[in-house]
Amino acid sequence: MSGARFRRLAETGRPRVAITVDGAPVEAMQGDTLMTAILTARGRLRVSEFGDGPRAGFCLMGACQDCWVRLEDGRRLRACTTFAEAGMAILTGAEEGADAF
Amino acid sequence: MTGHLDLDAAIIGGGTAGCAAALHLATRGLRVALFERRTVGSQASGVNFGGVREHGRDFAELPLSRRARRIWDRLPELIGSDGEFMATGHLKLARSDEQMASLEDFARGAADYGLAVELITGNRLRADFPWLGPRVVGASLCRSDGQANPRIVAPGFARAARQAGAQIFEHEAVEGALRDEGGFRLETERGRRVSARTLINVAGAWGAKVAAWFGESVPIEPQSPSMQVTEPLPYRLPVNIGVAGGDVYARQIPRGNVIFGGGRGWNDFGAITSRAGGGNVTQAMGRLTDILPWTRHVHVIRTWSGIEGYTPDEIPVIGPSDTTPGLIHAFGFSGHGFQLGPAVGEVLAELVFSGGSETPLAPFAIGRFTGAAAPVGAQGDGRDPIAAMQQGETR
Amino acid sequence: MRSDRIVIVGAGPAGMRAALVLAGAGLNPVVLDEAPASGGQIYRRQPRGFTRAYDKLYGFEAGRARALHAAFDADNRIDHRSGTLVWNIEGRRLQTLHDGRPETVEFDRLLLATGAMDRVIPFPGWTRPGVYTLGGAQVALKHQACAIGRRVVFFGASPLLPLVASQYAAAGAEVAAVLDTTPLRAKLAAMPGLLAGGKTGWKGLVYLARLAARRIPYRHGITPVAALGSESVEGFAYTDASGRRHEIECDAIAFGYGLKSEWQLADLAGCGFEFDAGNYQWQVVADEAGRSTVPGVYLAGDGTRIGGAELAEIAGERAARAILTDLGDTGQGAALAACARRIGGQARLRRAIERAFPFPAPLARAIPDDCILCRCEAVTAGEFRASIDRLAPHDVNRAKAFSRVGMGRCQGRICGPAAAEILAAARGVEVKEAGRLRSQPPVKPVPVAAFADAAEDAA
Ligand SMILES: Cc1cc2nc3c(=O)[nH]c(=O)nc-3n(C[C@H](O)[C@H](O)[C@H](O)COP(=O)(O)OP(=O)(O)OC[C@H]3O[C@@H](n4cnc5c(N)ncnc54)[C@H](O)[C@@H]3O)c2cc1C
Ligand code: FES
Repeated sequence: MSGARFRRLAETGRPRVAITVDGAPVEAMQGDTLMTAILTARGRLRVSEFGDGPRAGFCLMGACQDCWVRLEDGRRLRACTTFAEAGMAILTGAEEGADAF
Repeated sequence: MTGHLDLDAAIIGGGTAGCAAALHLATRGLRVALFERRTVGSQASGVNFGGVREHGRDFAELPLSRRARRIWDRLPELIGSDGEFMATGHLKLARSDEQMASLEDFARGAADYGLAVELITGNRLRADFPWLGPRVVGASLCRSDGQANPRIVAPGFARAARQAGAQIFEHEAVEGALRDEGGFRLETERGRRVSARTLINVAGAWGAKVAAWFGESVPIEPQSPSMQVTEPLPYRLPVNIGVAGGDVYARQIPRGNVIFGGGRGWNDFGAITSRAGGGNVTQAMGRLTDILPWTRHVHVIRTWSGIEGYTPDEIPVIGPSDTTPGLIHAFGFSGHGFQLGPAVGEVLAELVFSGGSETPLAPFAIGRFTGAAAPVGAQGDGRDPIAAMQQGETR
Repeated sequence: MRSDRIVIVGAGPAGMRAALVLAGAGLNPVVLDEAPASGGQIYRRQPRGFTRAYDKLYGFEAGRARALHAAFDADNRIDHRSGTLVWNIEGRRLQTLHDGRPETVEFDRLLLATGAMDRVIPFPGWTRPGVYTLGGAQVALKHQACAIGRRVVFFGASPLLPLVASQYAAAGAEVAAVLDTTPLRAKLAAMPGLLAGGKTGWKGLVYLARLAARRIPYRHGITPVAALGSESVEGFAYTDASGRRHEIECDAIAFGYGLKSEWQLADLAGCGFEFDAGNYQWQVVADEAGRSTVPGVYLAGDGTRIGGAELAEIAGERAARAILTDLGDTGQGAALAACARRIGGQARLRRAIERAFPFPAPLARAIPDDCILCRCEAVTAGEFRASIDRLAPHDVNRAKAFSRVGMGRCQGRICGPAAAEILAAARGVEVKEAGRLRSQPPVKPVPVAAFADAAEDAA
């Protein structure tokens, strides 16, 4: 998996928020969207369902719907408009199919 | 004013039934033209759920439906596309013992028509379909059923019909028709004058309106089933799902989207618009998660509906007119005509050529509604197009 | 009059100003917005706990932003319900999800101030991680104090192009290049109009000067070729005005071609539409005071006519005064006329901006066959063209039914304009003849669970 994508330019003194991304701990900051939290640590948010590769959002304003991420508890959240909360466990890989049963 | 057209057969309505009829008539060498108010397959035929099932039908429809099923396998040779048809099977769920009894009744009756339906309960239900919710107590499975993409089937038939020599006129509604000594005379919204020996009324929810031009009354009710589709999920639902009672139905396409429906939406019959209805839409979501709990966290990305004609007994009108020789009807499919469409086209062609069909049509006779009240929408815009034509009015 | 339920959708400059005017007249407007705080796109607020000052965030617009935020926050006659997605309109009812729970909001008068988003044209590699819209790049900075990458290329034809690039440079990000698809000739031709447009017109030049001061290359007349890289962006390839190919190393790309109205709710409300040749897009029909073709439904801001924050605020005031007038207040005439004058005064500038950053339609028509056109459904331009050849759709809705282009999660917001160009090219007609993608509820995805749970609670 590729490295971090977003780069923090300011506001780095905020309290930390612990989440996990694909099982590994990631330190986000209070006020981070999920998108920021994930992309300051990783290179993608999800993979396209149609086999054309990874995606990392596009519009950042809740319009393109290309940033939906999955949580381990099954929820799906739009990463660019949802704030990161402590304990969120995010999965960026492809979802498993029928063998999940 | 567009020129004059002299035809063997004129078809009113470009749904699956009409486009299939155009194909078969043109293939047999008739001069045939189809008139469609909007675009082919843009009404019920193009927006329906996409279920291709014999399972659960009124027994009166089974012979026709059996015939249709055989054609679905042959779509590639017929129209050069499989219409994304897949014989996934259709699984009908029971959420109570009473409902299970109704599934058993159907399975017994269907056997008389040679349709195989398996009953599944207990441990086998969970073993074979681990993705079902706990409230499901049993099911019946018809393996030969399936699903297809409605958006491309009628246009596929239209394309094949054109290649066979049929003329397909889109954005051209027929505004009136009558029969005199010379045969049928039609007038279209573009002012085209059409004469034809045979007239085929496959005008869907508007079929009763056309029938009324010839003094035949069918109490059609236009209704709009609410449809929804989710974002893609991993492919887990290998079968088309219905429930006893019919309040929800669902299928998943290999791309991953779950398409489901339930309840009736809203329509403006005059303006020809429809929409899925709010209350129904949210209820259907609840029912979906009830039978398929793994859909719980998915999002609905689109809802829609269409306008379909329902008869009081919920089986169609198919067959010759009682008042007018040369007029043949096929409309009022009451929410399950997509599967039948390809066979209806063949049957209509048989009726044109021989006056009869190898498929029993007696239950669909228009005469069963004789004396019924005037149909919805038969009133039109106040202008009486037939009287106007008789007086030789030109537009 | 006081009992009329007035609902405003959108808490950007248009919606906020409208709410203030209505509240000032003694009414209690309800303001619904999906975002957690008021401000809309341009005056978007940073989350709690962030400390950057107004002038850092909003630049020239800081004073206006501060004034609007302060007035809106102070007015307790306004019932602002943040976190509320309006996903459908049925008659006089809005169906919403408020903090994820279904709610119905009824209205007698509805003002739609739903704003806009970037208009884009797909290019090879545009779905790769690292490619964002210009507006998106700006949100990352304004709302999250982040850059979309270490070294960023900006390109397109948009007033946002010089603006966002210079904001990035000022914030300490590395701007690799700013590449404008508009030929220099066209830009120069638009100059007199821009300069005559007052402060707003001059601002653009200030951004250019700031970029020049940092020695950031600004090129005109370029044509994008591709975002390079495999798993993510590693560079950008383009051809210059003379057709020579160049490659720039970068790990992020921001692009866009002006803005596009978010008019889905107006569509569901049944409002009329028209193709605006100047803006080169479909827009909701509004009369001179912001009334739509549907009685009781009003329009303001970029959701109706792309014009920017200043105009949106005036249009918000104007629509509010139109509502007051329609409620029987006969004293609004002078104020309405003043709004009209201020809006009219900006007409020349708006035309100049449209000419300075024209939508490069030929680029859309020439999208290569193997390039993804619809990013939701991953349908390529070639697959789209093949379905057009096969089934000959007349308009984009039909083409969508045949090809799935525009059928995904975003409902064609992103690929719609380019798809219409491709269809128009195939049919040999003007893009207007290819029509406009119809909106269908929900205007944004809604989770099944929210409704399933609500149904259970009710049972
Ligand atoms: C939402 C929905 C879901 C459904 N799901 C299923 C399913 O899963 N499985 C299934 O088997 N069936 C289903 N159905 C039913 C099925 O779609 C219809 O029964 C079938 O398509 C009817 O075909 P048709 O050709 O009779 O009608 P239509 O497809 O409605 O075609 C009639 C055409 O006639 C045209 N027309 C009418 N008047 C005139 C005029 N005067 N001049 C010119 N043109 C005219 C109309 O514009 C229309 O295009 C569903 C229906 C709906 C609405
Ligand atoms: S990035 Fe477009 S919706 Fe989140």
